[in-house]
Amino acid sequence: MGNGAVLRRLLLVPPTLFGVAVVVFVLLRVVPGDPVSMMISPGATPADIAALHARYGLDLPIGEQFFVWLKAAVSGDFGISITRRQNVLGLILGRLPATLELVLVATVIAFAIGWGMALLGAYFRRRSPEWVVDGFVAISLAVPDFLWGLLFILLFGVLWPVLPISGRIDPRVGVDFHTGFFLLESLLTGRWTVTGDLLRHLILPAMALALPLSAIVTRVLKASLGEAELQDYAQVARSRGFTRRRVLIREALPNALISTVTLAGVQLTFLIGGTVLVERIFSYEGIGNMAVDAMINRDLPLIQGLVLTFAILFIILNLLIDLFISWLDPRLQHG
Amino acid sequence: MTVPVLEIADLHVALAGASEPVPLLRGVNLKVAPSEVRGLVGESGAGKSMIGRSIFGLLPSGARITRGRVTFEGVDLAGMPDAERRDLLGARIALIPQDPMTSLNPVKRIGEQIGVLLRVKLRMARDAARARALDLLAEVAIRDPARVIDLYPHELSGGMRQRILIAMAFACTPRLVIADEPTTALDVTVQRQVLRLIHDLQHRHGAAVLFVTHNFGLVAKLCQSVTVLYAGRVVEDGDTVNVLAAPREPYTQALLAATPRFDRPADALALLDRAVTDTLLADARAYDAAHVEAYR
Amino acid sequence: MAETTAAADARRRPAIQLDPRVIAGGTIVAILLLTAIAAPLIAPHNPLDQDLLSAQLPPSWSAGGDAAHFFGTDSLGRDTLSRLIYASRIAVIVALVAATLACAIGSLLGLAAGFFRGAVDQVVSRLIDIWMSFPPVLLSIVLAAAVGAGLSSVILAIVVVDWTRFARVVRAETLLQRQLDYVAAAKVAGLTPMAVLFKEVVPNVLPPLVTLLSVEMGIAVLVEAILSFVGLSVSTDTPTWGGMIAEGRQLINQTPWLLALPIGCIIVTVLGFNLLGDGLRTSLDPVQRR
Repeated sequence: MGNGAVLRRLLLVPPTLFGVAVVVFVLLRVVPGDPVSMMISPGATPADIAALHARYGLDLPIGEQFFVWLKAAVSGDFGISITRRQNVLGLILGRLPATLELVLVATVIAFAIGWGMALLGAYFRRRSPEWVVDGFVAISLAVPDFLWGLLFILLFGVLWPVLPISGRIDPRVGVDFHTGFFLLESLLTGRWTVTGDLLRHLILPAMALALPLSAIVTRVLKASLGEAELQDYAQVARSRGFTRRRVLIREALPNALISTVTLAGVQLTFLIGGTVLVERIFSYEGIGNMAVDAMINRDLPLIQGLVLTFAILFIILNLLIDLFISWLDPRLQHG
Repeated sequence: MTVPVLEIADLHVALAGASEPVPLLRGVNLKVAPSEVRGLVGESGAGKSMIGRSIFGLLPSGARITRGRVTFEGVDLAGMPDAERRDLLGARIALIPQDPMTSLNPVKRIGEQIGVLLRVKLRMARDAARARALDLLAEVAIRDPARVIDLYPHELSGGMRQRILIAMAFACTPRLVIADEPTTALDVTVQRQVLRLIHDLQHRHGAAVLFVTHNFGLVAKLCQSVTVLYAGRVVEDGDTVNVLAAPREPYTQALLAATPRFDRPADALALLDRAVTDTLLADARAYDAAHVEAYR
Repeated sequence: MAETTAAADARRRPAIQLDPRVIAGGTIVAILLLTAIAAPLIAPHNPLDQDLLSAQLPPSWSAGGDAAHFFGTDSLGRDTLSRLIYASRIAVIVALVAATLACAIGSLLGLAAGFFRGAVDQVVSRLIDIWMSFPPVLLSIVLAAAVGAGLSSVILAIVVVDWTRFARVVRAETLLQRQLDYVAAAKVAGLTPMAVLFKEVVPNVLPPLVTLLSVEMGIAVLVEAILSFVGLSVSTDTPTWGGMIAEGRQLINQTPWLLALPIGCIIVTVLGFNLLGDGLRTSLDPVQRR
């Protein structure tokens, strides 16, 4: 899209983030129960409790609390986690790479399956492979990511234990990494056994996340391919003697991708949201898992930081998708 | 007697229907001699598109040739091995499509689309193909080929797109060009240029042209001979001059009489004689009834 | 060539045809409703009855199983089949109430935004933007944690999170319909904006809405399962599929069927709603807009 449109999108980001922050802040303050209750030792006096409140700024009125937090947040200080006693930003950044790697692997798998199935279904239209593809889509759409995760645990953890069902890496494997991006590092430094172990841990949660997205990609892409095949430019290409297969891949696919990316883009944000439960189920040490803990323990600073992190990820993702779409479709580049 | 470039003999095409097959073409006979420009006239639904589709082997799903043959330079197209027929298409037998707005791939540049054709059909190298593409664009009177070649279809007018499609049709020196109502989707002012272009290119390359249209006026301008199609059958066939002067069939007469002409007031459009319409309607009803049944 | 096959194929399909998916999905949903309504009649045991002597029994067809407990028992000796049946009641209540409320609220807001545009549209669109920036799961957990455990908080969580789904679709449809000629014609004919809205626009918005409603019911069942999995739904006595999954996860090696069976129930239920929704869309839409 033109530069004007990009600018307008970027300008909308701060107000949106602001709105997100307000909503979370208000919701959490409405919660019954004392956030610092976990840290109160048995012999604490009311004065001690009051001091604890003051330390976390909980004695101020809500409006003031919000602005205090906002001021600090804008300069990168998201406070200290109540449950873990560490800097929130540091905690999040520590676990973020794990989630990012999981999301990336899941996305790649989802699109690989999606494209393959869609092309198969489009090419073998009205013959048996198409029914198989349709069946796969129907089932995948009915089963959400966390149920896939649980099913995989049943299948591959209990019934046929071939894959690990928890954690990110086998503790016996050396964990001397410089960054949090274990997979990337192991690939770049050529430590293939480590890569193998990481992938074995990643495959089940990634598949759980990928399958719902792949079902949507398959369905939309298959339908778009079918439509594109019937368009005049595809028919004209066939009149020039090009095989159906060639026309499907070279003429129809680039056109079909545009509407697919638009629709699948939304589903991709669901994938990111899905990390919350899937990481929990697989005890994978990413920000999703940490979010569930923080929620249950009412760790307000951590929850706020995490929700904002997710919001930022969503926004960046949406922006990237829009840019990608305008790159794919030359008609959008002009005005 | 030279071998006709295109010969359609007793062609029957039917669509698989709910109970009975629906006839689309009912015994069409058509011949196009080398370098001949023949018009194919008929109203919408008469079957003109089906003839084109039969030639290119692109019948809609469920439709099939039930009888008859389509031969190109004496060789049966249906009987040919697949790869051989696909080599012919786009090269020796070419199509000028009807709607220039939808017949070019919207996400590929013009140069890419012409280039693919040249590289695959004429086995040209990339650079040679690009140079040839520039020449082709110039040949169809595109004023700035070097700029246009890198543009996307939506950046060009309908007239320019149609000229590019015509260039692509003539790119590999075809023996036969099927022009499928090439001016229907264009403005009147642009139509004339496009017709002139087709005429010029046909002359230059010596290709035979089957000019499909519902407009007798265009036939009069461009075509040496004409075939009139009605409800899946040929009702009249001959030299344009003769057919226009003395049409034998009542349908042809009616069609001609209904064609708006410059030198005749509009309200002089003749209505068909009752007897004629009854016969035509009976025929059409049977044809249509079968169609309606199939579409249920 | 002149006419594409798609147009020809579309003309071949008659006006209203009962898509097989409607029958399949409808049957599943009907069975679910019947099970929920008739739970006290069909459940072999009281779901709350504990029998510690018969704890962790496998299904009746495997070794060690007891014919009295068809699907076995959990660690407190409660009959699994009965719990599954009673849990369908929670699923049905949540599905019907939450989905309908989310649909109603979302649709009204979407309709208002699409029809009146201007400030109303701006506010609603910004709200939707903010809402879409949350992972839905996270938001519903936050909400349920905020309001406290219980059925109403589950319903609230679903409604508050999913209204955007309806609002977006209805807003888009309304914007589209608004521009069409028949709306202008109605205005010219002297109808008030509200009359135009209800007489012309709403009937055309209904088909996609019905589909979405059916799909949303499936989603509501899922969200309830998630929330009870995390322990934020109804009290632990009342059986829910999500709660049973949480228990099953704990004891996955001893009692894997406790995990598999409620998962199966959820999958079939969601499949049923999805099929119904998909089938209704293709059946109700006279112009195959797909």
